[in-house]
Amino acid sequence: MAENLGHYNHKVVRQFAVMTIVWGIVGMAVGVLIAAQLAWPALNFDVPWLTYGRLRPLHTNAVIFAFGGSALFATSYFVVQRTCHARLCNDAVAAFTFWGWQLVILAAAITLPLGLTQGKEYAELEWPIDLLITAVWLAYTYVFFGTIAQRRIRHIYVANWFYGAFIITVALLHVVNSAAVPVGMFKSYSLYAGVQDAMVQWWYGHNAVGFFLTAGFLGMMYYFVPKQAERPIYSYRLSVVHFWALIFVYIWAGPHHLHYTALPDWAQSLGMVMSLILLAPSWGGMINGIMTLSGAWEKLRTDPVLRFLIVSLSFYGMSTFEGPMMSIKTVNALSHYTDWTIGHVHSGALGWVALVSIGTMYYLLPRLYGREIHSKPLIEAHFWIATLGIVLYITSMWVAGIMQGLMWRAVNPDGTLIYSFVESVQAMHPFYVIRLAGGVLFFTGMLIMAYNLWKTCVGAQPAAGPIPAPAGAL
Amino acid sequence: MSDFTSGLWAWFIGIATLLSFIAILWLLIWMSRGKPPPPAEQVQTMGHVWDGDLQEYNNPLPRWWLYMFYITVAYGAVYLVLYPGLAMFGGVLGWTEHSQYDAEVQAANDRYRPIYDRFRQVPLAELVNDPEAVKIGERLFSTYCTTCHGSDARGVRGFPNLRDNDWLYGGTAEDIEHTILNGRQGAMPGWEPILGYEGLFQVSEYVQGLSGRAVDSRVAAKGRDIYRQNCAVCHGDEGQGNQQVGAPNLADNIWLHGGSQKRIQETIAGGRNSRMPPHGEFLGEARVHLLAAYVFGLRVDKDIDY
Repeated sequence: MAENLGHYNHKVVRQFAVMTIVWGIVGMAVGVLIAAQLAWPALNFDVPWLTYGRLRPLHTNAVIFAFGGSALFATSYFVVQRTCHARLCNDAVAAFTFWGWQLVILAAAITLPLGLTQGKEYAELEWPIDLLITAVWLAYTYVFFGTIAQRRIRHIYVANWFYGAFIITVALLHVVNSAAVPVGMFKSYSLYAGVQDAMVQWWYGHNAVGFFLTAGFLGMMYYFVPKQAERPIYSYRLSVVHFWALIFVYIWAGPHHLHYTALPDWAQSLGMVMSLILLAPSWGGMINGIMTLSGAWEKLRTDPVLRFLIVSLSFYGMSTFEGPMMSIKTVNALSHYTDWTIGHVHSGALGWVALVSIGTMYYLLPRLYGREIHSKPLIEAHFWIATLGIVLYITSMWVAGIMQGLMWRAVNPDGTLIYSFVESVQAMHPFYVIRLAGGVLFFTGMLIMAYNLWKTCVGAQPAAGPIPAPAGAL
Repeated sequence: MSDFTSGLWAWFIGIATLLSFIAILWLLIWMSRGKPPPPAEQVQTMGHVWDGDLQEYNNPLPRWWLYMFYITVAYGAVYLVLYPGLAMFGGVLGWTEHSQYDAEVQAANDRYRPIYDRFRQVPLAELVNDPEAVKIGERLFSTYCTTCHGSDARGVRGFPNLRDNDWLYGGTAEDIEHTILNGRQGAMPGWEPILGYEGLFQVSEYVQGLSGRAVDSRVAAKGRDIYRQNCAVCHGDEGQGNQQVGAPNLADNIWLHGGSQKRIQETIAGGRNSRMPPHGEFLGEARVHLLAAYVFGLRVDKDIDY
């Protein structure tokens, strides 16, 4: 040891990592409940705050921003320190981001069931909570980039490009889309009107997927896949091309949520074209992750954690193929407003976001507590249960969605509709039950994970993280 | 988007789009220059090491991926030539969403009009007995009417039951056709400010008594005076209603907005506004003709003379 570089801030990483598991379980439990309500509507028990319309935004906010958000905070704080060989630039501000973010989640969990909402999908929270989100996010930006500024390696590692793009863009998206005129403590009106409001909303909505759920998690992938595979990243060059292409093209793709609406024709067509061009940049990340394993494929047989990470990339590749395809106007004319969209979202959300986060947590939490994982067979079990759950979920929604689309457009020889709407709802029942079974399986996997990690970490002292000198430096 | 009145915005976004295409192509060409190394040669890492063991190879871009990228960009460019996508240029095909919609409606009308025209001149009284016409009417009903009147046409609170022989605006086939074509607007003012709570209670007792319910006769008697002064002009002296203005019959124990004491008082206190939208322009007279035949055929007692 030539010099003492101090220790990493592992405390905030630990806090966020533990809350990732907690919020994952909470968010998916709500998902299971509302999936059951779609199959058996009586399960809302006629209690207003248990109705589908109020719990659905609670589910999406909990899994995206509480589960996914905590995973992104935890891993970005871990990765930025490790790849900069520097402690977080400000412990107090980092602690503020943790407690502030938990407060946001708590406020969401109270206000959404009460029916307080801005009515914007994935941006439902009312203006006082939006202000708190903004404050937390600015603090996050400061901590992340402040740490980058103190790095001990000149070259910035690729994972940090993606985390950085995610942090900056989400700040922009959140502030612009949530701009509203408050008329009371719990009520506000959007700053935009009509089709412009819709366009801003889906510019936000699609890039919440693109930057929160894609760029951020690609940052996670770029650290934990090569670490777990113990192999170098496949191609620096590919990461440069797909990074710039991804963040540049994604921002144009929002109008594909508004095909065949009052949005001007040119905006719809442009959104579709950019969505198609997005295919290759999206796949760049999948190729770079999976090919990192070339020369070490046999590890997939023995390492269930690596399997989580690599299968997540396969689902990522599949849903980023499906997305551009669904953005084609003629395909969208069938798929839009059907449960195919729900299936598509979950092949990304469960298959990509959740699996890569799960693999990462199996890597991260034992190291944060200096322990070996309690049970590798339980990780194996989790992997297969979760994968089966995803397959049931997305195949049932594919079949159901295409069936809905075809039923809605089927006409009699006299030009009248063959099916009334309620008949299409009735026909959904078996698929809703299968989807629920898939969701229950995935949720069960989360419980197994929580048990396994609990047994791993309970009673352990948090591991100290001395900062090593950068290789080749000095 | 009518507040974007200046044509400058179209050029602004259109030129930004073109520059974007150029930027993407430039990135691809720039990063794929040079020949791929021979397969046997070991690819070198970039020489950076992070966190102990994180390194990067610098493999060339996979060719199939690169060509796929070029193909999507080329497809996009061709699409923007053919279809509107550059805001200042509508595309050489001249396609618009409106023109596609109009063409599809035109094609459907050309195809289906002969079917509907066959029934158009047939009087409703005859049409009711034509199974094919009734079948088409039923299909139209399940698409356009069930949201309010229910799949079984028995309605729901606030939306009339169409099977009970009680008609707000008249139950002849022609009345029904008129209702569907032009819609109806039912309005009853709220009486609470005028009658006060006491008056509300009294008149509600009287109204309930009209359909033979057991009520407090002293209270109802007071309510009768109020009814005569304020309500009879629309609902009639005996509560028999008035189809000219769509005032419901209050003596038949059929309650459009609910028949409990609470609901009746709520109706008198706050008034009601009911609206059936007109369907003539939307569906066309030929389809409405068939719908009217179907709805007329739903009545329970076929022998009632309206």
